[in-house]
Amino acid sequence: MAIPANNTAPLFGEGASGTLRLVVYLVIAIALMIADRRGDWLEHLRAAASIVVEPVWRLAAAPSELARDARLALADRRALSEQNAELSRQLLLAQTRLRRVEVVQEQNQRLQELLSVQKTLGLSVQLARVIDIDFGPYRRHTILLDLGSDNGIKVGQPVIDARGLVGQIVEVRPRSCTVLLISDKSHAVPVRIERTGLRTIARGNGTLDTLELPNIPTSADVKVGDKLVTSGLGGRFPADFPVGVIRSVGNDATGMFAAAKATPDAALDRSAEVLVLHELANPVGPPAPAEEVGPPVSLKGSDEPAAQDAVGGEQKAGSGAPSVMSAEGTKQKRGEAQP
Amino acid sequence: MRVRGLNWLFWGGIAASFVFQLAPLPAVLLPFKPYWLALVLIYWMIELPERVPLGLCFALGLVADLLGGEVLGEQALRLCILCFIVLRFRSRLRFFPVWQQTLAVLALLLNDRVVYLMVHAISGDPPPGLDFWFAPVAGMLAWPWLFLLLDDLRARLRAGDA
Repeated sequence: MAIPANNTAPLFGEGASGTLRLVVYLVIAIALMIADRRGDWLEHLRAAASIVVEPVWRLAAAPSELARDARLALADRRALSEQNAELSRQLLLAQTRLRRVEVVQEQNQRLQELLSVQKTLGLSVQLARVIDIDFGPYRRHTILLDLGSDNGIKVGQPVIDARGLVGQIVEVRPRSCTVLLISDKSHAVPVRIERTGLRTIARGNGTLDTLELPNIPTSADVKVGDKLVTSGLGGRFPADFPVGVIRSVGNDATGMFAAAKATPDAALDRSAEVLVLHELANPVGPPAPAEEVGPPVSLKGSDEPAAQDAVGGEQKAGSGAPSVMSAEGTKQKRGEAQP
Repeated sequence: MRVRGLNWLFWGGIAASFVFQLAPLPAVLLPFKPYWLALVLIYWMIELPERVPLGLCFALGLVADLLGGEVLGEQALRLCILCFIVLRFRSRLRFFPVWQQTLAVLALLLNDRVVYLMVHAISGDPPPGLDFWFAPVAGMLAWPWLFLLLDDLRARLRAGDA
């Protein structure tokens, strides 16, 4: 498109040659665009060119970076300190939220474990939160749940957690209930050793991590590591629910029986949520003894009905065994503490 | 001496337009970035058409594509069309008063936008928003000042030469 410098060109362009040149260039440009879109060989060219091009980018970006630096350098001190305060406040908030999320995550984990237990059991259960615990050395091992008679809770319902048996309900108030743990001195649970099928009784001894199994025949086959499950006898606890694991086996004081110690499966000192079983397994064994035996309820002054049918069917397990476990009150506890 | 100074002005102006084209702007101002390269080229095409053949427009367009990271050939196409139109009507544009020139520049830039839109529509890109059309207006507003600046610089060169 060489137009003569002396400006003698006609007013309306110069005709066909200029147009032809334009068309040629346009075709080249369009071909390039298509090649760039479709093919990949131009990518290499572009990559090579970017080495040359990058300084230009830097140069172009320099003014705005300079402006930003200047703005930062000249920023008001008050604005900065305000920003600082704001940011630290936000940090505090964020950290608090993070903590809460962590707690919720843990809770979620626990609830999911409980949920899986509920599914495998096929029993109707009710989730309860532990609202208070009471583990003094001379105190009864009880925990307080946030369910009560308003929620349909009755005395005697078994309480479990994700790993094993926790205890049974001994007191019910409208909005809360008390659970006697299996580790309480006055509590005993009829168990079966899973490996051999041997039936016996696991009693609490007042420490959270130990169950005692007194009065096992010396000839019985009991080994460390044997698993204890509920036998279902007595009708109080459903059968085949894990209770504990045998930790040690030895002779009792008289030398006539073997005595074993077991570790409870349930996290008695850790559970924050537990399950209250609703449908009891079919009662096995003799019917519960009549309530009228003993002094009238009014004289006992205790508001908790007996749970003594829990091991009713287990009496035959050992001759001369001490009295059946009872949750009737502190009065009887001393007598039962020592077999 | 004069030719050398003019060379400096010519290539310096084009280089500066490249840099301005790439300079990052706040997002609000971005749609108002004029097509600096086109403005500078229009000036030189009007004043010294023998310096700006169609081929140079094509080459500069390719460079701009490389710099901008766009599809290779896109700006080359746009600048070729722009260049062709300006060179064809150069004799008239040259004697327009500034305000008419400004309107002509607006028309040129709008036409360039249409070409741009066509290229992208053919390659299947979604249609742009309203702010797509702000740039030609910004270019139009920038034109008189650019024209005066370059004219003044050229006049100084000439005066220094004399």
